[in-house]
Amino acid sequence: IPSSPEPASLPAEDVSTNSNGPRPAEVVLDDDREDLFAEATEEVSLDSPEREPILSSEPSPAVTPVTPTTLIAPRIESKSMSAPVIFDRSREEVWENVCDGMNAYMAYRVTTKTSLSMFSKSEFSVKRRFSDFLGLHSKLASKYLHVGYIVPPAPEKSIVGMTKVKVGKEDSSSTEFVEKRRAALERYLQRTVKHPTLLQDPDLRQFLESSELPRAVNTQALSGAGILRMVNKAADAVNKMTIKMNESDAWFEEKQQQFENLDQQLRKLHASVEALVCHRKELSANTAAFAKSAAMLGNSEDHTALSRALSQLAEVEEKIDQLHQEQAFADFYMFSELLSDYIRLIAAVKGVFDHRMKCWQKWEDAQITLLKKREIEAKMMVANKPDKIQQAKNEIREWEAKVQQGERDFEQISKTIRKEVGRFEKERVKDFKTVIIKYLESLVQTQQQVSSFFITYFITYKLLLELWCTFSF
Amino acid sequence: MRSRHTPPTRQAGSALGEESAGDFHPLPLLHPPTHALSLSQLKAINVDLQSDAALQVDISDALSERDKVKFTVHTKSSLPNFKQNEFSVVRQHEEFIWLHDSFVENEDYAGYIIPPAPPRPDFDASREKLQKLGEGEGSMTKEEFTKMKQELEAEYLAIFKKTVAMHEVFLCRVAAHPILRKDLNFHVFLEYNQDLSVRGKNKKEKLEDFFKNMVKSADGVIVSGVKDVDDFFEHERTFLLEYHNRVKDASAKSDRMTRSHKSAADDYNRIGSSLYALGTQDSTDICKFFLKVSELFDKTRKIEARVSADEDLKLSDLLKYYLRESQAAKDLLYRRSRSLVDYENANKALDKARAKNKDVLQAETSQQLCCQKFEKISESAKQELIDFKTRRVAAFRKNLVELAELELKHAKGNLQLLQNCLAVLNGDT
Repeated sequence: IPSSPEPASLPAEDVSTNSNGPRPAEVVLDDDREDLFAEATEEVSLDSPEREPILSSEPSPAVTPVTPTTLIAPRIESKSMSAPVIFDRSREEVWENVCDGMNAYMAYRVTTKTSLSMFSKSEFSVKRRFSDFLGLHSKLASKYLHVGYIVPPAPEKSIVGMTKVKVGKEDSSSTEFVEKRRAALERYLQRTVKHPTLLQDPDLRQFLESSELPRAVNTQALSGAGILRMVNKAADAVNKMTIKMNESDAWFEEKQQQFENLDQQLRKLHASVEALVCHRKELSANTAAFAKSAAMLGNSEDHTALSRALSQLAEVEEKIDQLHQEQAFADFYMFSELLSDYIRLIAAVKGVFDHRMKCWQKWEDAQITLLKKREIEAKMMVANKPDKIQQAKNEIREWEAKVQQGERDFEQISKTIRKEVGRFEKERVKDFKTVIIKYLESLVQTQQQVSSFFITYFITYKLLLELWCTFSF
Repeated sequence: MRSRHTPPTRQAGSALGEESAGDFHPLPLLHPPTHALSLSQLKAINVDLQSDAALQVDISDALSERDKVKFTVHTKSSLPNFKQNEFSVVRQHEEFIWLHDSFVENEDYAGYIIPPAPPRPDFDASREKLQKLGEGEGSMTKEEFTKMKQELEAEYLAIFKKTVAMHEVFLCRVAAHPILRKDLNFHVFLEYNQDLSVRGKNKKEKLEDFFKNMVKSADGVIVSGVKDVDDFFEHERTFLLEYHNRVKDASAKSDRMTRSHKSAADDYNRIGSSLYALGTQDSTDICKFFLKVSELFDKTRKIEARVSADEDLKLSDLLKYYLRESQAAKDLLYRRSRSLVDYENANKALDKARAKNKDVLQAETSQQLCCQKFEKISESAKQELIDFKTRRVAAFRKNLVELAELELKHAKGNLQLLQNCLAVLNGDT
């Protein structure tokens, strides 16, 4: 898989004079690093986030659109936080398809409104690309996951969908795809900033604020597939361990079971909602087809009043078809995406529990090693080898310290997890309630419109009935 | 065309394929008001079904057995032809078909629109689903299973009611037709309380039918090439051809639309179940919330299922029926054209005979017969086609209005449900 040459230092404005020149026949996919993980994408299930490699010393190419090939009307989805004193709101807005000579990519504008003093301004906007979001997540995960913080996972990559968009294919499915991604990125950011600890993180602040972000580069060490393998290994190790049960463990075991159940239930519900979305779209298509057919029938009907009535029916059905389509969108964006977000979040929660297990294992191992070192010391004392005794004593000190640290770490991560789970549950409840209520309100709207259509039809129909009597055969 | 208020006494006698030959489910007696209502509904749709003490026919009872349905045909008549004033017999689908075919094959009825035969009762799909459900019982919770079972049984019942209604409409159309009601086979059908020993067609006969139909269609093409001198019939032919095709298309599309509606309703069911499971298992205070929303989905599903069922009844069935009727009308036109061609051929034969002065008398008789036949058919056909239009317009009018009423009612019902639920949910949060 070819890697695209990183454009060394592009002058900020003058993109079109890129020395390599645009190659119209070939659009090099800038996110070819994603292609490296194409296989990983295949293997990865809904619950594993993919990480984009990080750390780059090169300045990012300036994001200057040559000609914005697609400029869609801004979608203003403001999800404001409820905390009255401090507010911090991230908002995704306009996205533009940027053609940067050889590399085409989609840029998303991230707008933040805040009253927090740690930011230099109260309102600011930056442009970010998808890989930047993945880079941010990767950084946060590497810092906070292993100490017990539930780091919200980033949206999934989708090679196919993104490719179509980059090649400039302008059809409804690619528009839909971009909107889906934009909404997912927005939800991701908003969840991340809601986390009080993550909000303090300098990487997050930089992501939101700084106009230029170091590009994430390819580092195998933190490849998405690599992390996945790590997580899986940890899970296996956990399963094989016999865990000593004590009081505090009971809480953890109970919680793990609960999350396992919740995971299963959510997946089931998600599958049903996806089916609903699919059937609703089908219904919309079939209603449209019927409307056309009814109109044709009305045309060939030779009784005038009936002909009109049939045409009317066709019109109503056409309007209803539109409604079905809109409802399908609501089904999806509100209900289905909420569920898939939480399925991935729960995977992150599970990951955190697994880290705790690893931590415990480390502590256990240290204790075992300490014991061994003590045995060695005893042996050396019997064998009377003074230098070996000293060495043993040194090692004992070293391992005593490690045991202490292990204990501290384990207690810390346990404490953090308890807090995090509490926070997560509160958020979950709020999230579900808010979104589901919004979804139900969308259903209300649909029904109201259906009613109004049929009322109008009815009134017209009653008038037609008058006509009916006056029309002779 | 179909009574909206099908008497509630009709029941499917079987579920989950557990029938046996002697498995009769006693059905409560019909009480007159319901019966009268259903007939009046039919009258409203079929303008020529005049309330007639002379002859009233209905299907008072029906029983579904493993692979057949037994209809109890009930007749009330003041005509002298019958031994009693009121009587019932049990008939099966094949006997209806026999009756229909005997009309079609009767030359005397060539000039009438023969009421289309009712379609064969088809429970295969429903039975299959019930069976699958039975097999998959272990893989779902008790609530889910009960829910789905109820649903499938309701579906089965609905199909059953439909097939009863369609058979009834056929009989009523015959009973209302001034000529057909006098048919001897019809009277035998109504009165003879033994099995008519009408077996279904065997392979040979089915093959014969197939060829007959092919010949007929080929002939139909030739015959339709003949332009009609009569404007009325010319117009009718053009109209019916186009109308029939469009009704066919609309019927198919309406079917698909109705099925999608039903699929969506089924999804609501599963969503409701999942939400219920979430509500009972969750540890946080979102439990109540999930349970309430689950309840909402359950109730909403019932409404959506009703929407689908009503669309099916008022729209899909209507279109299907007029698809069959318009075919019967086309058949009438074909028979008339056929007789016209025969008449013209007879004319030519007569001319030839006169020219050769050979078998003139024979040719004359033949020509006269053809002429009479043609004129007889033309006369009755005209009236039949006018009646057809009247019936059709009235049926569509009634059903479209009722459809709109029902859609409105259901939308309002849904709205009410949603708003109530939202009030509760918003109040709690």
